[in-house]
Amino acid sequence: MSRIRPAGLARAAVVFGGLGAFPFLLPANWIVNMAVFTLMFAGLATAWNLLGGYSGYLSLGHVAFFGAGAYAVAIMFQHGGIGAGYTPFFVLPLVGIGAGVVALPIAWVAFRTRASTFAIVTITFLFVVQQLAFNLHSLTNGSQGIGMAVPPFPAATYERPFYFAMLAIFALAVFGCWYVRGSKLGLMLFAIRDDEDRARGVGVQTNPAKLITFALSVGLTAMIGGVWAYYLTFIYPQFAIDPLITIGAVLMVYLGGKGTLWGPALGAGILVPAQQYLAYRLGASELYLVGYATVFLVVMLVLPRGIIPSVADRVAGFRGQGRGGVLAEDGIDVSASQGAGS
Amino acid sequence: MSALAVDASVPLLEVNDLTKRFGGVVAVDRCSFSIREGTITGLIGPNGSGKTTVFNMITGYLRADAGTVSFDGRRIRRPDPISLYRHGLSRTFQQARVFPHLTLVENLVVAVQQPLRALFRTSIGREDRNRAEEILERFGLLSHGERMAAELSFGQRKLLEFATVLMGRPRLVLLDEPASGVNPVMAEEMERHIRDLNATGLTFLVVEHDMNLVMRLCDPIVVLDHGAKLAEGRPEEVRANPLVLDAYLGD
Repeated sequence: MSRIRPAGLARAAVVFGGLGAFPFLLPANWIVNMAVFTLMFAGLATAWNLLGGYSGYLSLGHVAFFGAGAYAVAIMFQHGGIGAGYTPFFVLPLVGIGAGVVALPIAWVAFRTRASTFAIVTITFLFVVQQLAFNLHSLTNGSQGIGMAVPPFPAATYERPFYFAMLAIFALAVFGCWYVRGSKLGLMLFAIRDDEDRARGVGVQTNPAKLITFALSVGLTAMIGGVWAYYLTFIYPQFAIDPLITIGAVLMVYLGGKGTLWGPALGAGILVPAQQYLAYRLGASELYLVGYATVFLVVMLVLPRGIIPSVADRVAGFRGQGRGGVLAEDGIDVSASQGAGS
Repeated sequence: MSALAVDASVPLLEVNDLTKRFGGVVAVDRCSFSIREGTITGLIGPNGSGKTTVFNMITGYLRADAGTVSFDGRRIRRPDPISLYRHGLSRTFQQARVFPHLTLVENLVVAVQQPLRALFRTSIGREDRNRAEEILERFGLLSHGERMAAELSFGQRKLLEFATVLMGRPRLVLLDEPASGVNPVMAEEMERHIRDLNATGLTFLVVEHDMNLVMRLCDPIVVLDHGAKLAEGRPEEVRANPLVLDAYLGD
């Protein structure tokens, strides 16, 4: 078990208490709808951060699993008769576990590469899955897409079940990140992020650590895809497996603070509403894209490491206890570890 | 040198005809030598003579084009750093590689061998912490135990890297230039640690440029030149060998 700190517990209680009460305090459909998408991206970003933030392996193909989860739920709905109403929510754990297991051989291949090559391999995988969705007609209906019956939820609170499903998965993702961070797995991932070759040199089982983390990360991603499909009740390939979904989630991670527990969610909490608001206000002229980019540029310039690490540094600076400072004076300070021995 | 080492008939590490080519350049050319248990064996040679390449091939960071490596009497067919470390062969790097964003204690604890089912246990167990703190104390780093390794000076990083490999209870440690880039006091400290650990039975293979240190510390010494073994023997023999003098001073 990770060590539970009172401050961290209080923070989690405030966040999840607030999010739990939110649809009752602000019940307007359009607000809850926006909140569903905000939580969706908060979950996606947090799940991505488990792999990308902790191990340093930047996957740009996570949306392949988002789409796979979406299609899994839609196909089960059409062919498997998983029932209507709330029951599709209950197959989500199976979708997550299934995605995690399917991911293992794919990850095993992808992890033969590192750094930018890994990112490119995962992008390639994304397009492979998109092509499968287009071409496996008997399962996916190809480009015509696949529909589900609209669930019989009351109109006034229609979004609520989806909101709480997204909230539950987001909470699971935060818990997973918190738990891994305090575990031996977390320590191994941080060592891999710092210097993978050296980690192997001190016996760190790098492959199992990376594979397990990949499976956890994409399992959560697939569950979110499942909720998303049921919420929209209609999906088609280029929409369910849209590279912009992962790219959006990755941007949110960088905005909030890569490798931090709450950063990805914070990034989603800022960017998703900002995007929706700007699209609403400036949508007609497509100026909203400029506005969106501006938000991003400002943050990159002012808080280059992401909001949470930058703010934490400033607070520490104000208190006069920054973490810098070389301890001894006997040599050169080499702050980055270097490449593989020649 | 301990009596045990003299009697040992099977060397702890045996390198046979090891060869590595990079394109047209033969970096290591049928290099053979062996390390007896309990020794501090030196591996020296001019720049570019293939010392680090030999290190990388022994420790599985680089695949050899030909030749064999045997550790503890068994041939290593597919050298892999993780399994070699588990079997008691570990190394340090020339550039003092540590995990900059882990604390010193974490740097050591991550090097403890874990069964996979322990992955989800708490990152630092009581027993591991005690052992890590014991080793940090021996290296005079205990007071910095909760600091990030990034805050250490270069010399302290070298000590930390050395301390880390001890967590795996190694039998043979390959040190790649343990004293380069550090001040004389730190170099002396490093030498003392090597001697103390050797006295407890740990075997070393040391690559080092500081000839005085090598001559003081190592016995025997293997000399490489252009990737091939040029000479091997006790320090005074190596020092008197005209071939060695040529390799270092010639051209």
